[in-house]
Amino acid sequence: MPALLLAAATGAAALAAPRPSEAAEVAQYTLDNGMQVVVVPDHRAPVVTHMVWYRVGSADEQPGKSGIAHFLEHLMFKGTASHPAGEFSQVVSQIGGQENAFTSTDYTAYFQRVAKEHLKTVMGFEADRMTGLVLTDEVVLPERDVVLEERRMRTDNDPGAQLSEAAQAAMYTNHPYGHPIIGWEDEIKQLNREDALAFYKRFYTPNNAILVVAGDVEPEAVKALAEETYGKVARRAETAERVRPKEPTPRAERRLVLADARVGQPSLSRAYLVPAYRNEKKDSVALDVLAQVLGGGSTARLYRELVVAQGLAAGAGAWYQSTSLDDTRFGVSATPRPDVAMDKLEAAMDAVIAKLAADGPEAAELERAKTRLVAEAIYAQDNQATLARIYGAALATGTTVDDVKNWPDEVKQVTAEDVKDVARRYLVPSRAVTSQLLPARGEAAAAPATPDKRS
Amino acid sequence: MSTRHQDRGTAVSPAPARKLLAAGLIAMTALVSLAPTSPAQSETTRIQRVVSPGGIEAWLVHDTTLPLVAMEVAFLGGGAQDPADKPGVASLAASLLDEGAGDLDARAFQDKMAEKAIELRFDASRDMVGGSLRTLSENVGPAFELMKLAVASPRFDDEAVERIRQGQLANLRRRVNDPSTQASLAWSAKAFPNHPYGRPLAGSLESVPTITRGDLAAFAKKTLARDNLKIAVVGDIAPEKLGPALDEMFGALPAKAELTPVPDVTPQGLGTVEVKTLDVPQTSMVFGGIGLKRNDPDFIPAFVLNHMLGGSAFSSRLFKEVREKRGLAYSVYSHLAPLDHAGLILGGTATKNERAGETVDLIRAEYLKLLTEGPSEEELADAKSYLIGSFALRFDSSAKVASQLLQIQIDDLGIDYIDRRNELVAAVTLDDIKRVAGRFRENPALLFSLVGKPEGLAGAGNGSSGG
Repeated sequence: MPALLLAAATGAAALAAPRPSEAAEVAQYTLDNGMQVVVVPDHRAPVVTHMVWYRVGSADEQPGKSGIAHFLEHLMFKGTASHPAGEFSQVVSQIGGQENAFTSTDYTAYFQRVAKEHLKTVMGFEADRMTGLVLTDEVVLPERDVVLEERRMRTDNDPGAQLSEAAQAAMYTNHPYGHPIIGWEDEIKQLNREDALAFYKRFYTPNNAILVVAGDVEPEAVKALAEETYGKVARRAETAERVRPKEPTPRAERRLVLADARVGQPSLSRAYLVPAYRNEKKDSVALDVLAQVLGGGSTARLYRELVVAQGLAAGAGAWYQSTSLDDTRFGVSATPRPDVAMDKLEAAMDAVIAKLAADGPEAAELERAKTRLVAEAIYAQDNQATLARIYGAALATGTTVDDVKNWPDEVKQVTAEDVKDVARRYLVPSRAVTSQLLPARGEAAAAPATPDKRS
Repeated sequence: MSTRHQDRGTAVSPAPARKLLAAGLIAMTALVSLAPTSPAQSETTRIQRVVSPGGIEAWLVHDTTLPLVAMEVAFLGGGAQDPADKPGVASLAASLLDEGAGDLDARAFQDKMAEKAIELRFDASRDMVGGSLRTLSENVGPAFELMKLAVASPRFDDEAVERIRQGQLANLRRRVNDPSTQASLAWSAKAFPNHPYGRPLAGSLESVPTITRGDLAAFAKKTLARDNLKIAVVGDIAPEKLGPALDEMFGALPAKAELTPVPDVTPQGLGTVEVKTLDVPQTSMVFGGIGLKRNDPDFIPAFVLNHMLGGSAFSSRLFKEVREKRGLAYSVYSHLAPLDHAGLILGGTATKNERAGETVDLIRAEYLKLLTEGPSEEELADAKSYLIGSFALRFDSSAKVASQLLQIQIDDLGIDYIDRRNELVAAVTLDDIKRVAGRFRENPALLFSLVGKPEGLAGAGNGSSGG
């Protein structure tokens, strides 16, 4: 207790303690068993963010077993041969740590945030559960119910989320990005202990994992700790190159409509199939800039045209998810004002995109977009957990530490011609899935929830 | 400690990360070598109280590790100041502060921000209007100029008011059938009839169209003043520079705010279950009862007590009973909500309709059990150990430090609070917990608000005050 008390009490002051002011260098190495390690020093507070990323996500699931990557992530908290259920979480809690985990299409990650003197403790536990997981139906079955509740909360209770799920499925006709990360409800219900353990044994092995430690640490010290903990975990499976069924070049535009009595506010959204950073770096960075020019806040084209100039929309934006192993999505969206027909809004959106693809961005807006992206890279340094996530996600999707470091310089080199070029090539109807979320047919707006008093 | 910045404990596997990345747009970024080139000179080792020549105070942590400045400000007096028939004024006004000010119309103002990647936004909560500024330190001049314009001379031009109003209305329509939002709104409406806390902070589909430019300007004039202003700054700015800048930014504001007094209030409807029927597979619920205000001498023991109930993400009693043992929910939590004029304990969860009644009964029983039997010595020791150990995690970024410094000022806890806080937690004894549990037990009834098609409620509601 006294040691803990001291560490925490000095927390705030330590942020301001005298430190070398140069930005710390990111270090990386590989353990003998093939586990990759990245260390991101940040000495402003005496805490660390410790993450282990596995190169496996929902897109690595077998047909019929959707949701197993995410279900296993939940089950990883159920104890090992050496540390029975609850012990790891209890220790993390006792030392004042925070923990969690998340699953994506391409990776699954576990993390703890603790005072720096506890780094070795959490590394030991995390290394232990890399191969030591023990599962019984007694813990597996209630946890499956938890996942079903999670699905109800995120998706089944929300027509907008149901439409997004359908749009994802429509976008990917062949590639497994088409099924939801959390899984289809009917398939989640069939998942069991054996499925989870089989998936675990195939993918959870040090040579398929990346350790990221960000915070008040020195790379050499982390290396010694990593060798002592993760370094002792034997490989138990060989990893293969991650080749998924490729999404063919799309030929037909796809349009989805979800009309539901629960929809109070209609919306229009569209996603285009585009390359990820890993596969087409130059195009990807230009797409980052394009997303800013088109939809990066209230100075961007979509907002200025649809919301400000034409008054058709209440909001509008764009996004691009560059961190992905395989072909990914670039999205645009708009919320119509009352009495504005979807077709009219969509035509206006099309015109904004067509103009940008024809003429490219103006010098000032290109500069604004690039300034914003480069500044974001600096703002990100303010948060060690953010940095840990950026490096982990990059490495888990086939890119490198140098890629991350070089990205701002690549942004600075993007020209108006580059932006115009990616808009022209990728923002085309055949690559698009367009979704309309509407109130139930024949109804102007949703019936709001009806009060129904029970004493 | 401020529960308002506490993690509410939505447990494992949050949003698939791709969602986060997409939302942020910035999926890739880097450690560029833009750190200050000057030699080590982060000489400041403490929070400094900076008082401007004009008498405006800010708390500063001067740190030059990164070339950026984070600033958080609060004007006390938020949505609770809304006219009774026009909820949403504070919220709309806050959203409009960066939509045109001084000589700059909305477009010019937003362009100025974007050119330098300056982030400035304002939000209203029940009891304050908060402002948040982030800038590269090389742009601190223009950033402070924009802050000054936004608070001292917002324009509320017709074009901007209409546009932001439309955005607000779209948000309101979007959430009309969002179960968790509706459960929360219904809880407040039932708990605080005829009190500002019972009204929707973002306004309603009926009220927002009636808000006029005059309402917004009046709110700004009465609320944005010097005597109700708190300021926290963290990052690459020296105190000698910040002092005069405070006068530049805030010196032109009125000396005194003209706030409408808000009466203290206790929640009504305790012991009842309110249901709003909505055709969804899962019932969302919000529950709450009488808690403590932040200035209550028992606040710290109450905070520890709540941690054991539902404050801890993975080891609270509610987590274990509702989620882990029975698989009833993905997320279940409770927290103290110390508003300026009401002390509350609030919580929430969501479960499939068929098991809603069972979940209500279970939460009531667990709450009452903790209040009656109390925790074990070991449970208390674990809770204290977590709360003490995790305190440092609130201070690992400039933005987080600034938020903490602001909240400590709002709560009037003293500039040395960070050094004292863990001792306060460490000093909590089982007797303290029993005493504070006794205070909660004086009226342990909870008001539940459910949205969905809940089943199994027979006998669960029924006005019982069993809690």
